[in-house]
Amino acid sequence: MTEPFILQARNFYEQQAHNRRMTLVIMSGFVLLFGAIGLGIDYFYLGVFEEGFVLPPVSTIAVVMSIAFAVGCFNGGSSLVLKSTEAVQADPIHPENQRLLNIVREISLASGLPVPRVYIIPDDDPNAFATGKNPDTSSLAVTRGLLNVLDRDELQGVVAHEMSHIRNYDIRLMTTVAAFVGIIVLLSDVMVRGLRFGGLSKGRRSKSGGSLGALLFILWIIVMIFAPLITRIMAMMISRKREYLADASAAELTRNPIALANALSKLENASAPTKSIKQGVAHLCVVDPAGKSFNEKEGFWAELFSTHPPMQKRIMYLKSMAYQKSG
Amino acid sequence: MFFFLLLALVIILAAFAIGGYNSLIQIRNQVRNAWKQIDIQLKRRHDLIPNLVNAVKGQMEFEKGTLERVIQARAAAVGAHSIPDSMAKEDVLSSALSKLLAVVENYPTLKANESVGPLMEELTTTENQISFARQFYNDITTKYNTKLEIFPTNLFASSFGFKMFPLFTIKDAGERETPTVDLSLKN
Repeated sequence: MTEPFILQARNFYEQQAHNRRMTLVIMSGFVLLFGAIGLGIDYFYLGVFEEGFVLPPVSTIAVVMSIAFAVGCFNGGSSLVLKSTEAVQADPIHPENQRLLNIVREISLASGLPVPRVYIIPDDDPNAFATGKNPDTSSLAVTRGLLNVLDRDELQGVVAHEMSHIRNYDIRLMTTVAAFVGIIVLLSDVMVRGLRFGGLSKGRRSKSGGSLGALLFILWIIVMIFAPLITRIMAMMISRKREYLADASAAELTRNPIALANALSKLENASAPTKSIKQGVAHLCVVDPAGKSFNEKEGFWAELFSTHPPMQKRIMYLKSMAYQKSG
Repeated sequence: MFFFLLLALVIILAAFAIGGYNSLIQIRNQVRNAWKQIDIQLKRRHDLIPNLVNAVKGQMEFEKGTLERVIQARAAAVGAHSIPDSMAKEDVLSSALSKLLAVVENYPTLKANESVGPLMEELTTTENQISFARQFYNDITTKYNTKLEIFPTNLFASSFGFKMFPLFTIKDAGERETPTVDLSLKN
């Protein structure tokens, strides 16, 4: 019961500053992680440090490449994310799209934000997400199913929810994380396979190991194997709390919390998974694309391993906002 | 020594005054821009209403009163001269129009009409944009007005010709209730 009230105490300027900071921290963490993995390869595979200090080749390459990756993810993450979901820009010719574009313009007027680019994802399951580096370069994507299922006020609530993510700079942090998660999952896959088939060679065999070396080796393997899991948990942690804040800001913008609550319960009941949205992008969405079973559980473990807060809780908070308003 | 201290003090004060002045100018421009946004939407509404009236006129014999009120309110709003006058007349138009939109919602055949449907959407979004633009105007103007009142800006603001801007108020409780009415009609 206390969680959202703590969050409400943080206004959106603080949230913006927090997100800018976190993006930097995570980008540095990304570079450090790859530096560490590279150092491990230098040490255990190549035995670089046996002949005194030299510039370790693999770690240097790893650091340079990961910096390039980090900058690339920061700048191009949103187009990467949009491409992975097969989103196409909304064409105002269709009356349905026109309604969506109108709603987006309304909310950008309400929030004082520039109008984002609007994309449609050809998927029948209702869902939506926003992405981008900052409000000026932001994009908002909704599935075809969302347009079919929701009425005008409900759609307005969901758009306002996404625009709140844009205003809070949640999109910057989450887009960068989404791009990182994709890359790390890919790379660790390759590396685990390499470890299994390549085995330990040359460098490790020599006497340089010692107990410190063994410890480092174990640490290195742990980092490598758990990297995808760590990044996944990271994505979950940053994602859930800000959903409450975005719900609250959306209600503040539209002055209509009930419409968003109705939209959320409609989205929850449409339990089919959103096929075109991959798990790596899940934390960007308004509801978890994996479907209902992931979100209806409560309790510690369920909260730790889902990207979104329990739907019933979100709906409850929105409804309590509506009662406060009318009372 | 004393002279330098005095000089430093004067420079610091001047820097504060310049900073305060510039930020006031900045936020006043935002207020004016917010006002312009409302104006654009009001104009758009005035242009759209005759189209909707023409489109639904033939098929709404029994709702003539609602239609008449909208036409009259529009004429009055277009003819308004001063800002407070326009504010009041636009309010009358808003409530007449929301009644008309609610009535049209109740006629599925009318709503499905290919010229009425898009017009309804256009007017609905314009109505929403008017109210959101007012919300935004009120938010930014409150910020500006507060800035004018607090120390130390209040010492010099009036001598540079900064004046408070008026806020929109929700006159009757009916207007606040509009969204709820909308919801119940749609289901």
